[in-house]
Amino acid sequence: MIPLSYYLVLSGILFVCGVLGFLIKRNIITIFMSIELMLNGVNLSFVAFAAQWHSLSGQVFVFFVMVVAAAEAAVGLAIIIAVYRTRETLNVDQVNLLKL
Amino acid sequence: MFHLILFLFFGLICVAGAVNLLVQSHPINSALSLIVVMASLAVEYLLLGAEFVAAVQVIVYAGAIMVLFLITIMLLNAGKEERTQGSRVAFLLGIPGVLIGGGLIAWTLVTRSNTVSVPIGALLGDPQQIARLLFRDFLLPFEVTSVLILIAIMGAVVLASKPEAVARGPRKDA
Repeated sequence: MIPLSYYLVLSGILFVCGVLGFLIKRNIITIFMSIELMLNGVNLSFVAFAAQWHSLSGQVFVFFVMVVAAAEAAVGLAIIIAVYRTRETLNVDQVNLLKL
Repeated sequence: MFHLILFLFFGLICVAGAVNLLVQSHPINSALSLIVVMASLAVEYLLLGAEFVAAVQVIVYAGAIMVLFLITIMLLNAGKEERTQGSRVAFLLGIPGVLIGGGLIAWTLVTRSNTVSVPIGALLGDPQQIARLLFRDFLLPFEVTSVLILIAIMGAVVLASKPEAVARGPRKDA
């Protein structure tokens, strides 16, 4: 028997690691991976609450989150490739114009 | 007791992978540690009885999405990232602030929340029941996500292709 709060603390740690990576990293791909880490932290609390309240809807929501994450990863990485093609850099400090 | 040991072991691996993602300077090391995080999260899902979610986590997240990341890193030949000097005040105040705030929240969650434990295996997240929910109660969102995926694929193809190829239009000889 594992208390629900343990799962929530673990998912909170993962989310905070994602936020930290988003703020301190300078490589655009690593920033993108930090966003995936945040999504994973949220997914863990979804599944934990689904088990807590005996409702499978939480697990279905995790499935939808994964689908949206996959779509987001495909479009985001394509944008990164387009940015790299024009800027020749992955450092976000040097990508300071919205224009491609 | 055995479940608790498994939870703590894979939870530790999970946190170690997340911290490693932060401290590594090469993006390919960060991507590999993110795979470690996702695989150990799949074990946590199995501990919660969510078999379907655990399988999808390994197949879609650790498999498909991370392969996409690795291919992009290798395609762009990403090297070590340059560190930029952040503000010292944020560094000195931010880290203790995060530690104190996170410690307070964790302490409150662990000690003050109702001590109802998550029952092991009480809820079987087997694919049959999930499919019943997915294709009956959540049919409309499911169909909408399929349209979303289609749009995302088309957007990725347009964005990643060379600009002159888009401007020229489809090839005549094909």
